[in-house]
Amino acid sequence: MAIRQGLLALLSQGPRYGYQLRAEFEASTGATWPLNIGQVYTTLSRLERDGLVAQGEQDDQGRVVYAITEAGRAEMERWFSTPVAQSDRPRDELVIKLAMAVTAVADVRPVIQAQRTATMRTLQRLTRAKLANTAGPAQRLVLDSMIFQAEAEQRWLDHCEAVLTASPQTQEKQA
Amino acid sequence: MSFDPVVRLADVTRVHGDGPQAVHALRGVSMEVAAGELVAVMGPSGSGKSTLLNLAGGLDLPTSGAVVVEGTPLSSLSAKELAALRRRRVGYVFQDLNLIPSLTAVENVMLPRELDGVRARTARGEALEILAEVGLTEPGRFPDELSGGQRQRVAIARALAGERRLILADEPTGALDTPTGDDILRLLRARCEAGAAVLLVTHEPRYAAWADRVVFLRDGAVADSTEATLESAR
Repeated sequence: MAIRQGLLALLSQGPRYGYQLRAEFEASTGATWPLNIGQVYTTLSRLERDGLVAQGEQDDQGRVVYAITEAGRAEMERWFSTPVAQSDRPRDELVIKLAMAVTAVADVRPVIQAQRTATMRTLQRLTRAKLANTAGPAQRLVLDSMIFQAEAEQRWLDHCEAVLTASPQTQEKQA
Repeated sequence: MSFDPVVRLADVTRVHGDGPQAVHALRGVSMEVAAGELVAVMGPSGSGKSTLLNLAGGLDLPTSGAVVVEGTPLSSLSAKELAALRRRRVGYVFQDLNLIPSLTAVENVMLPRELDGVRARTARGEALEILAEVGLTEPGRFPDELSGGQRQRVAIARALAGERRLILADEPTGALDTPTGDDILRLLRARCEAGAAVLLVTHEPRYAAWADRVVFLRDGAVADSTEATLESAR
């Protein structure tokens, strides 16, 4: 998960309190990955254990400021300079579902159609969120990413339908 | 005077040819587009999208079923009345823009209004206003001197000039890049907010997603739609 590196990136801007980190993380990612404050403190204590952040003094309300260390900066730079590997991403349930449907179900088209409508609803919701977004470029790019993914899924579903319609095997099954 | 919905198709069928060669372009399609609503139609080529749009705008007549525009059943109109309705109440934006190369942007927008008997001065004033609204800063240029995105803006301005409450757009984002395509959708969306009904045919999911409702056509029939209950209740 990128929470560790995300917090380091925020701390590279200057020392922060835990609650600030949570708010800034969500402001950047548009509440796509809501963090609870517990996750923030758990992650901070691991970062501290690994020498990537250091605690400052407690203030009079008992709050602690965290600051990034040199090692933390190096870790953040390593993260930004390393591309994300395809294999690090979770497997796509939809791809598996459709592959199984082609193997096991007579007519796959209803499966495709149901997914297409659902994905289009997602795309509509994301587009509305994008139009309403005034939060700034980070959130906008996160929304764009989700829009592109939903769009790719939609195109792939169209492609599946076209391939299956043309395939003699499917035509036999439906006959 | 306003009618809700602006356009209604009731059990519309369109058959080209007859006998064994007959092609069923549409098979019993029913749908409505209300004022303030943007509806997108998607489907593979040959699914009947463009036929649907042509029928909705009175460019073609159904084999059976009814098309009603702002309360007027199109079948009740004479050819002349139908032509007048097409000119006055319906705006068309096609992928193939049909701008006249020897006329400037503003003259292209004025032309249909002048044909409709509006005085040149009035038509020019209207055209300049709407061109400004769609963000075209050089209305005196010829189509050749404009970029693809600017030409599309002119075509949209032409579709919007006058009191047209039904806008029909067939792949209006054509070959435009994404930011320009987004601008076009923003314009159409703004017309909806201003009370127009927009029917948009597109094969691009990203543009369809701007719609309040997306209808999927398949083999000439409605296969599904993203009927948003929240939206339709407002």
